Order: sequence, then structure tokens, then C-alpha cells
Amino acid sequence: MTSTSRILVAACAVAGFLFAGGCRYLKQDMANQPKTLPFSPSDFFEDGRSERPLLENTVARGSIADDTLFAPKDSNAFPLPVNKELLERGQERYKIFCTPCHGLQGDGNGMISMRGMKHPPSFHQDRLRQAPNGYFYDNITNGFGAMYGYSAQIPPRDRWAIIAYLRALQLSRNAKAADLPAALREKLHQSGNAQDSIGGHN
Amino acid sequence: MAQIFHRSTNFISRFSVFSALFLIGFAILAVLAAARSPYLTRQNITREQPVQFSHKHHVGDDGIDCRYCHTSVETSAVAGIPPTKTCMNCHSVLFNNVGYLEPVRESYRTDKSIEWVKIHRLADFVYFNHSIHVNKGVGCTTCHGQVDQMPLVFQANTLLMQWCLDCHRNPAPNLRPMDKVFAMDWQPGPHQEELGQQFVKERNLRTTAELTSCSTCHR
Repeated sequence: MTSTSRILVAACAVAGFLFAGGCRYLKQDMANQPKTLPFSPSDFFEDGRSERPLLENTVARGSIADDTLFAPKDSNAFPLPVNKELLERGQERYKIFCTPCHGLQGDGNGMISMRGMKHPPSFHQDRLRQAPNGYFYDNITNGFGAMYGYSAQIPPRDRWAIIAYLRALQLSRNAKAADLPAALREKLHQSGNAQDSIGGHN
Repeated sequence: MAQIFHRSTNFISRFSVFSALFLIGFAILAVLAAARSPYLTRQNITREQPVQFSHKHHVGDDGIDCRYCHTSVETSAVAGIPPTKTCMNCHSVLFNNVGYLEPVRESYRTDKSIEWVKIHRLADFVYFNHSIHVNKGVGCTTCHGQVDQMPLVFQANTLLMQWCLDCHRNPAPNLRPMDKVFAMDWQPGPHQEELGQQFVKERNLRTTAELTSCSTCHR
């Protein structure tokens, strides 16, 4: 091959690569693959979503196990063993989902209530102290009054954890010093705060 | 026959060769700098959204937990963009007649998604998972910055692979106590180095070799 023809071949090769590079279907664009990712739009489905809603009369995978956790509105049963772990989980979930309106103490003075949301009732009023567990479960699931249902955000197990913590909150306003274990009662006496009711007021 | 070029052009030719080396070096530096510039990484650039949602107001002023809206962050690869119904939990009552929330109400009425603009965009060959990071004690602000101070969210870090690897090589400085993962105000204390090493052991973090293996993030 003469040097001229070598240069010619090289030039063609370079031109070929540049041409292919500009061509959409030969280019490997691995950063933008033609696949659907969570929340990416879709031109395949009519509503433009790649996330699909549940079809009618179907059950989401894994959710059948939750059947045992459903409780009717008037039932006072509690389907889970109540232990410290459940209460701590309930406290955490309560802080995330409930405090904006119901407040850290459950008195209905959350930040969003302070900003003009319909003021929820205090959990410490007699009506709600007497209400069965199923009443709270139903309200978390389906909503009540101005409160929308939280079934999408809070799975059934966590709803019960929240109810357990809610009961602890209610008890905190009505517990007697005599109900405490001896060691804690001793501590309470030492701090000089011993009163009949720990919460101080109702 | 007289010389075509004057003697002084010798200097010009040598200088050209010399400066060409610098120019090539400069060009390489420019490419490297451009790849790390906010123009390409989108770091620190806010973007217009269909609704000018303020994290500063909702997180900073109202103190709403990240997980109130980003519900799947502890259990799934994606943190989750809330459905419009979550907005309406409050905005069915609050600010329910202001114009700038009309796209939200319209979305709720018509069941049509609000098309939020994605801020933190990873390449499709990166398989990032929120839940493993959160459950091992890497906090939100470590990657997302002070979201509670952002009227419009921007990307606080480069999201370059180099940035990911910085932490995968040595995660200890970024591991928090588990109750501080969602705290907006956490700062490493004076004993973070020892605490971090302790968390690495307690939480069974994988070895540096495993954390920096290609297939940890690319599959």
C-alpha cells in the first residue's frame, strides 16, 4: 500500500467512527437506558405512569399476612404481643405521622394544628380513653373527620404499634406513683416530685 | 540565496512547540474540571418545579419528619415521592384556596400525577438503594445536605462516582447513632472517629474491598 492510500483508509475509518457516533441507534448510551425506573414517566400506559395501581379484586403480594391484624371498629382486642420493642416502634411512628397534628403529648397541639388545621381532640379526654382499640385502628386506616386515611403510609403492624404507644401516652397522664416499680418510685421520691399522679394534671 | 525566514523566527518556532505542550495539558485539565463543574454535575443548581414546594417550610418551619412523605426510604431502594393525597392531608384545609396550590388540587381531582422534576439523577447503570444506607446509619443530610434550609431543593453534592467511593472506602465518619439518621442538625462530635469504627463493627458493615467492588453498585 502506498502511503497515500494508507492515509485515505485511516481517514475513512475516522470518518466512519464519527458518523456512527452521531447515530442514535449505534451509540451505547448506558446512562439513559430504555427501561422504566420507579416514578419514571411511561408513554406505554394511558395515564403516563410506569407505576401501576392495584387491579380491582386483587391483593398486593405479601398483604394477605396482614389479614390477622384487621380489627373491627368496636373490638378491643389487640392482635400483637405488647412489649418494649413494639412501644418504641410505635413512639417512632407516632412522631413521624401523628405529631404534626396530634402533638408529641397527644393533646392535639401539633405544629400543623397551630397553623390552622382543624384541631383534633385530645387523646386524654374520657371519650377517647374509653374508646376500643379497633376504633383507633379504623380511624388510622380509613381516616376520621378532617383526617385522611393513613393506610398507604402506615402498614397494619405499625398501626398497632402506634395504638400501643397511644395507650401508653394516655396512661402517662393517669398513672399513680404507686404503680411504678420500687426502684423508679425511689428515684421519684428522691427527686422530690412525688405526687399521686405522675402527669400532674389531667 | 537569501534565507526565507529571519533568524528571530527560530525563537517563535521553539516557543510554539513549547507552548503547545502547555496547551495540551491545559485542555486535559479543562475537560477534567468541566466534568466536575456544576454545569455537568448539576450541583447547587435549583430547578423550577410544577409547584414551588419548599422543604424549608415543611421540614424547617413545621418540623415534619422526612418519612411522613418519603415513606419507603427505610424499606426500599427508592425513598418515594408522595402521592398527591399526602399533600391533601393538610392542604385540604390549609391554604386550600391559594392559586399556587391549584396544580395540587387539580391533580387530586383528576387523578393525574404532578410531574415533579427529578433533582438527584443517577446514571441508569447505578443501582443505588436508600434502605441499606439509612439502616446502616448514614443520615439524610450526609448526601442531601441541609434540606431543611432549601426553599427549592438542589443537589448538595456532586454525585460523582468519586464522591460515592470516598465514603465507601471509609464510611466511619458518616455513620450516626441510629436515632439521629433523620435528624437535620446532626454534626459529628469530637469522638466520631472511634464511634464510627464502633458502628462499623456493630452494624456488620462489609469490608472496604466488598464496598468498593464494581458489582456492589453496578450490576
